[in-house]
Amino acid sequence: MTLPRDKSLYKGVWVFLEARQGTLRDVSLQLLGEARRLADLRGTDVSGVLPGHAVEPLAREAIEYGADRVYLVEDPRLASYRSRPYTKVMASLIERHRPEIVLFGATKNGRDLGGRLHAVLETGLAADCVKFEIDKDGNLDMIRPSFGGKSLAHILCKQHRPQMASARPNVFPKPPRKPGRTGEILPEAVPFTEKDFDTTIATFEERRTGQEAKIEEARIVVSGGYGLRDPKNFKMLEELAAELGGAVGASRKAVDAGWVPKAYQVGQTGKTVRPKLYIAVGISGAVQHLAGMQESEKIVAVNLDHKASIFEIADYGIVGDLFQIVPEMVRQIRERKAHRAVSVATR
Amino acid sequence: MPEPKGPRSIVCIKQVPKAQELQVDPVTNTLKRVGVPSEINPPDRNALEMALQIKDKHGGEVFVVTMGPPVFTAALEEALAMGCDRAFLLTDRLLGGSDTVPTAYALSEVILKIGGYDLVFCGEETTDASTGHVGPGIAGHLDCAQITYCSEAELLGDRVRARRAVEDGFETWECPLPCVITVNFLSSQPRPESLTGKIRVKRGGLITTWSCADVGIDPNKVGIRNSPTIVAKVDTVVLPDRKAKIFRGDPKEAVANLLDAMVADGVIAP
Repeated sequence: MTLPRDKSLYKGVWVFLEARQGTLRDVSLQLLGEARRLADLRGTDVSGVLPGHAVEPLAREAIEYGADRVYLVEDPRLASYRSRPYTKVMASLIERHRPEIVLFGATKNGRDLGGRLHAVLETGLAADCVKFEIDKDGNLDMIRPSFGGKSLAHILCKQHRPQMASARPNVFPKPPRKPGRTGEILPEAVPFTEKDFDTTIATFEERRTGQEAKIEEARIVVSGGYGLRDPKNFKMLEELAAELGGAVGASRKAVDAGWVPKAYQVGQTGKTVRPKLYIAVGISGAVQHLAGMQESEKIVAVNLDHKASIFEIADYGIVGDLFQIVPEMVRQIRERKAHRAVSVATR
Repeated sequence: MPEPKGPRSIVCIKQVPKAQELQVDPVTNTLKRVGVPSEINPPDRNALEMALQIKDKHGGEVFVVTMGPPVFTAALEEALAMGCDRAFLLTDRLLGGSDTVPTAYALSEVILKIGGYDLVFCGEETTDASTGHVGPGIAGHLDCAQITYCSEAELLGDRVRARRAVEDGFETWECPLPCVITVNFLSSQPRPESLTGKIRVKRGGLITTWSCADVGIDPNKVGIRNSPTIVAKVDTVVLPDRKAKIFRGDPKEAVANLLDAMVADGVIAP
């Protein structure tokens, strides 16, 4: 597909709206907020693209979160994400309406889609951005961590349009919802062929516990590293997380050792989290790990080695034996809770 | 009647600096590559393993492809010693500085030049650039099916079925061949190099080296000048100085002090 090279033909900021089992993904809503900010800087407006089946209510929701317009492509065959038809939706609409910027959530499907689409359109795509700016020439400055979070690279796509980028969940805050906010919903037709649907989704096993999947959304994350020495010691962290209402994460070393599934992994090759509170237990703090959690609001480190680099980015630390510290934390938190309950009951 | 040949798999790999050796040149602010130990991009080893398992079961052949400077031969030799049948190195100064768009284009041209393929495998992403865009990009250029983030794949006649990890569970996708599959890091235990494999490599003749001209790659579609994106600058990350309050000594006291401090700062409820 050859898009025109004249940059002045491209206007507007788009967000790929990812629907999953009848709801919009949080990251799509978060990107609507960022898209709004970028659109204001460029003096333009925000559109969402929503492929799916029976998803019109979600289009209204996107408008309440800041979209001025939603391009709606409804087809029963779009009910679940599949690479080829979703790529065709995006490519066709981009060719038709020429947005200047297109943002994707860096979910599995968002990356699957973006990767295929940027090759089809032959335009730039920056992965996992943490910040966007508009440079003096009006280009989108796409800022992403590189080299394991030690530095931030500014990626520009100067000659090609649209400028496309993905951002991980929770990098941008979700904008406030404005009930009753109005905008356009524009149904669009896309010329699908039989071949577009040659891939079928045979089964879907939902993760039962939900524990693993929740790290990115948890307000509190308790992560364990190699210092835990044995997979069964993760039980301690689960208890602590349960007391605090948080989720359990892990360093790459603990995952590589096979102690916990890959879905627990926080860091450069794992998940990026920015919870209110991150408790790192027995994690030395390799840069690759820091890349995935350094934006946490408050960080607590528990480590035997007072020189561990995790202490350099911690707000609080305990230097000591985690096998004594963690059970003590669980005990004291329970005690405080019980005390609080009693004082409320006797008030 | 001759036996059916079995599937042909092509695995695309990259040679990357070893993860623990990631160092930034303080002068140029770019990744140090010269003189830094390198390895096959770790997820690519899982991709090689998946392709070799399909060959173990169904026969056929596994080819390995890389694009980069001649030193990338080391990665190809290792893949051959793991059990790949042939290797292809695309090397040309014209390719220098290519971002994911020309890279996906050039690799898909090499795949077409090899002629005939059933499955293309890539690692889920590289550890040095971490985009994950090249695998789906190859599928886009080849206009064939793709299944990303796979942990298992099985061949069912002229179709492939793969288990794909998504945020909220696992999906099983099925599609006709040919198909591009990207493979999850740590999804398998990649086999080591075998002794017979090493001997085959030593005998030589398994690696084909091509330039852009050999493959028919359009010089106006590759290299830094034809890449849509550029790295305009790199900032060193300055981590916020969090001034850790450190507690030591008796665990009971240390924990009490920690919890008190966190309550005082409003981090947790009293």
